[in-house]
Amino acid sequence: MLTILALASVVLLGIVPQQSEAIVIYTGWERHALVGSDIRLSCSFFSWRWTSDDVTFSWSYRADGARDAISIFHYTGGAPYVDNKGPFRDRLEFVGNPGRRDGSILLKNLDFGDNGTFTCDAKNPPDIVGRASSVRLLVFEKVPIQAGVITGSIIGAVLGLLLLIVVIYYLMRFLVARRVFNLSVSKHGKKGKGKEGSQQRQGPTLSIGDPSKLKAAASEKKKQESRKDKK
Amino acid sequence: MLLLLLGIVILHIAALVLLFVSTIVNAWATGSASSSDLWKNCSTTNGGYHCDPANTGEWIQAVQALMILSIIFSFISLFLFFCQLFTLQKGGRFFLTGVFQILASLFVMSGAVIYTVMSPKWVPETEAFGWAYILAWVAFPLALISGLIYVILRKRE
Repeated sequence: MLTILALASVVLLGIVPQQSEAIVIYTGWERHALVGSDIRLSCSFFSWRWTSDDVTFSWSYRADGARDAISIFHYTGGAPYVDNKGPFRDRLEFVGNPGRRDGSILLKNLDFGDNGTFTCDAKNPPDIVGRASSVRLLVFEKVPIQAGVITGSIIGAVLGLLLLIVVIYYLMRFLVARRVFNLSVSKHGKKGKGKEGSQQRQGPTLSIGDPSKLKAAASEKKKQESRKDKK
Repeated sequence: MLLLLLGIVILHIAALVLLFVSTIVNAWATGSASSSDLWKNCSTTNGGYHCDPANTGEWIQAVQALMILSIIFSFISLFLFFCQLFTLQKGGRFFLTGVFQILASLFVMSGAVIYTVMSPKWVPETEAFGWAYILAWVAFPLALISGLIYVILRKRE
């Protein structure tokens, strides 16, 4: 019984990875950089298999407006090979770690002619079926404000102002209502003593006719505040 | 009375729909093989139909924000109209509704004016103003009139 179970699990483990063997490569979508700076283009992959010793990474570059791509980097057999004839000679450096499935490259001293699409293709034998992934490089003189930042801030500011006006309006209404309520309570509870509180008034006392202590205390506080304001 | 109400609501919704269409459709400037609007520039080269996001300048983002704000304010105005319809006392004016609709019309006017002023920089030589741009200009007086009607309208029962 146990042997049958062990056999079945081994067979299943053998079958399942074979059905999902496509390698998935991840690079960024778009990278922005300033003229003269360095940039690290990252490339990593996901594969069901263990990282083999024959793993390969290759980067190719297609300039904006060009029709063809040229190969600028290749890692194979455990050794990186950088561009020594093309547009990136002496400017390209391999900073990845193939053992950790990282095939990133470092481009130094960028120029406007480096605008273009960089494509990374990784292969992890026997897992070789997959689609290469591309990252677009944009080189700027000064980094522009990202799309949507100003839009969002203008909309947010106007709506926030609107909300503030609504809140202040309701707050004013609430405060005025409380003061009006305070006047009527003082007319009923005390004899003729309104907001112009007299100086002989003693400390906070509870009025006799007032049903709830809370209301009296609130009206007392308000009167004391108004007296302090008058002083 | 009901007819008047229906007419006013239809006018308001027409202005709102014009604002929506103008903001969304890619036809602020059209040429023989390209079209552009506030959000992206599309062109039909021999490689196919290809769109780039619009340049991220400050003014184009301001126009985007103003168009979106005008849509939001027009929506709020519609909502307030229905609120005030049921809560306003007899003889009262739809003042708040009118204010929001007038603000919406001012926003769309500012957006259209900024786009017109910056058009030498944004609209390439091969393109002319498109119909979505014209819709934005049409939405401005429509919304303004609608807002003014709300301000002078009195609720009758």
